[in-house]
Amino acid sequence: MLSYILRRLAIAIPTLILVSMFIFTLQKILPGDPALALAGEERDAAALEFIREKYKLNDPIYEQYLAWAGGALKGDLGISLRTNQPVTELIGQKLPVTIQLAVMAIIIAFIIGIPMGVLSAVKKGTVFDYIANIVALSGLSIPNFWLGIMLILLVSVNLGWLPASGYVSPFIDPLRSLETMIMPAFVLGTALAATLMRHTRSAMLGVLRADYVRTARSKGLGETVVVIKHAFRNALLPIVTMTALLFGELLAGAVLTEQIFTIPGFGKLIVDAVFTRDYAVVQGVVLCTAVGYLLINLVADIVYFLLNPRMRSVL
Amino acid sequence: MNRKFLATLLLSVAAMTGQAFAHDLRIALQSDADVLDPDQSRTFVGRIVYTSLCDKLVDITPGLKIIPQLATEWSWGDDGKTLTMKLREGVTFHDGEPFNAKAVAYNINRSKTLPESRRKSELASVDSTEVVGDYEIRFHLKQPDATLMAQLADRAGMMIAPQAAEKEGADFGANPVCSGPFKFKERVAQDRIVLTKYDNYWNADKFHFDSVTFLPIPDTTVRLANLRSGDIDMLERLAATDLAAAKADPNLKVEAATSLGYQGITINTGNGEHSKTPLGEDKRLRQALSLSIDRDALNQVVFEGAFQAGNQSISPSSPWYDNSNPVPARDVEKAKALLKEAGYDRLEIEMSVPNNPVQTQVVQVLQAMAAEANIDIKIVSKEFAKLLSDDSSGDFMASQIGWSGRVDPDGNIHAFVTCKAGLNDSGYCNPEVDKLLNAARATSDDEARKKDYDAANAILLDELPIIYLYHEKWIWAMNKKLEGFTAYPDGMIRLENVTYAD
Repeated sequence: MLSYILRRLAIAIPTLILVSMFIFTLQKILPGDPALALAGEERDAAALEFIREKYKLNDPIYEQYLAWAGGALKGDLGISLRTNQPVTELIGQKLPVTIQLAVMAIIIAFIIGIPMGVLSAVKKGTVFDYIANIVALSGLSIPNFWLGIMLILLVSVNLGWLPASGYVSPFIDPLRSLETMIMPAFVLGTALAATLMRHTRSAMLGVLRADYVRTARSKGLGETVVVIKHAFRNALLPIVTMTALLFGELLAGAVLTEQIFTIPGFGKLIVDAVFTRDYAVVQGVVLCTAVGYLLINLVADIVYFLLNPRMRSVL
Repeated sequence: MNRKFLATLLLSVAAMTGQAFAHDLRIALQSDADVLDPDQSRTFVGRIVYTSLCDKLVDITPGLKIIPQLATEWSWGDDGKTLTMKLREGVTFHDGEPFNAKAVAYNINRSKTLPESRRKSELASVDSTEVVGDYEIRFHLKQPDATLMAQLADRAGMMIAPQAAEKEGADFGANPVCSGPFKFKERVAQDRIVLTKYDNYWNADKFHFDSVTFLPIPDTTVRLANLRSGDIDMLERLAATDLAAAKADPNLKVEAATSLGYQGITINTGNGEHSKTPLGEDKRLRQALSLSIDRDALNQVVFEGAFQAGNQSISPSSPWYDNSNPVPARDVEKAKALLKEAGYDRLEIEMSVPNNPVQTQVVQVLQAMAAEANIDIKIVSKEFAKLLSDDSSGDFMASQIGWSGRVDPDGNIHAFVTCKAGLNDSGYCNPEVDKLLNAARATSDDEARKKDYDAANAILLDELPIIYLYHEKWIWAMNKKLEGFTAYPDGMIRLENVTYAD
């Protein structure tokens, strides 16, 4: 098991190097001069030259990359061109916010998506199944930003129940933190719930047709036991893989959701950085995301391994 | 009812009323400020924060007159080459360091020499400073500069604490120490900037909030939703299209002022190879394009009439506006005739526009209007950073872009149309215009300056390197209980005398 994990981590290193090189080059190809984007409206000639010098924008691209990669190895991701803050500090501030949002969204997606998927598989072809499918399809088709703004108008402006936007850390005020995050997490979670529900449903349908389920039923086991203990446990495998893949979707969704609800997280950080050509921040955020993505997939594989006894003999 | 519940209820009501007395004013900004160091800063929203955080040598009135702030009086000498200022006594910075002439000398020197400083060109005319007395400072200029006072009414005139600045260097912005009515408390990037009242402020009686929190909320709809739900007290830059909704809300009120800036079409008349187009080379075609535009209709269609139509670099509401050249009426026939005269039945042009919905709509309206005058506009939508670099390198034919505006008229025109000036994306060059605009800079006689600007304007309106379209309005929406707010054309939020009625 340990050697498996180590092997996986070793494969991750070249992946990360490739990702960072790719993003670095891609950014430099982006049209638009970062010095101009940073110099401000006046475009003062001295300021422009100073920015180019300070951030080494005049150096050849491979030198810029090597300088960056050298720093990254030592844990220094550079300095934000826009705010002068170290990138690691910015990521340290923003990452927990997005993780909180992501965790809450996943929980909401699980609470809604999995039971709905299981139930609609069990009650396949009934009115419940059709309604659940319609709800899931709407969840997939309704854009995040629209649902977000509608919720703000309804819940915050008309009903006055929750704050319209903003963020409070759970370490400062847990209740307030929950209040500010519940709406964005719901918006993000429902979109995932729909995907999750569709996958749970098809996984369950596959399993429910399997021989051992028929055997379990013929043994005289109650339907609940059959569904939960026999069918669902096996249907969980593809769901775990799915959840790991959803992580990417979650981050993409967080970018939009954070914009709408003005949550100072990772998504907002990268959007602002791209528009201001804040190379160091974009680079750091992408690297961090890639690491996160690889880790999540590794964890998913381990969980998969724990859930599926057959996998153990493979190693 | 449970007695314990009742007690809790009463307590929370008491807590809420208590909050109302010790009010934190929450202001939503359209974007996040950059570095909070007046010498390094470049964003508009940053200046809004400074208005509460950092005092300047001088300030402006809503009518753009220069008035005392940290400098109480001033006089020009030596044919406009020296400026002597008397300074306010008894002023301290937020860390207790006293404000005096030495501090001013330090600040001007820092603005001129800090490698990261973006104020260098604004203070280019200042040769040196001389500490005449504890509370008297003299500026020695290289040449007379009528725009200097306006510069000192903005970031170049903001005073930061010398000891703190010396200690922090270029990192000063992480913990700025100034002498304004509020002092810096904390900042979470992209989330909030919190200032608390500075009790030793020289004018502290006029400021009535214990703290001010600035929250960047980029989405206009969300900004308004926050105001309507009571999460914030005030917002800046309400979208013109939301004006009716905000006015209709009984809990809100709206204030507006025409901005100092403009929106227009910059035409490439001499910036590299791409200027060699019919539009760039023949002024009659530019005149035809300008004549095809109904500026009032544009304002009505895109901004529901909330903004102000314009045809010069300054708005019709400015005292510097040239009244002899008012906003022209649309004249399609004349436009067609000019086109014919230049040898064209139809003309096709390319116009770049930043890829945001509002500016795109502006250009679409222009497209429809110009088509009726036989001018076909091909819209090229560009991401803003790309638009900027293309405009600056001359890779455009016509570009819809604007300018946020400056207090002195020089700031809206000199850098854009004088030969080889820093912001002259058009590549326009006319020695006569240079002569007039340079002369207007060199005298502090307003009447003489106005004559020079009017003369330059007449030439520019004929040759049209920039076709001006309209002037935006700053629109602030706020809670009805907020009283005493004054709208300024510079878009700043001055909290002097602003109170919260309970």
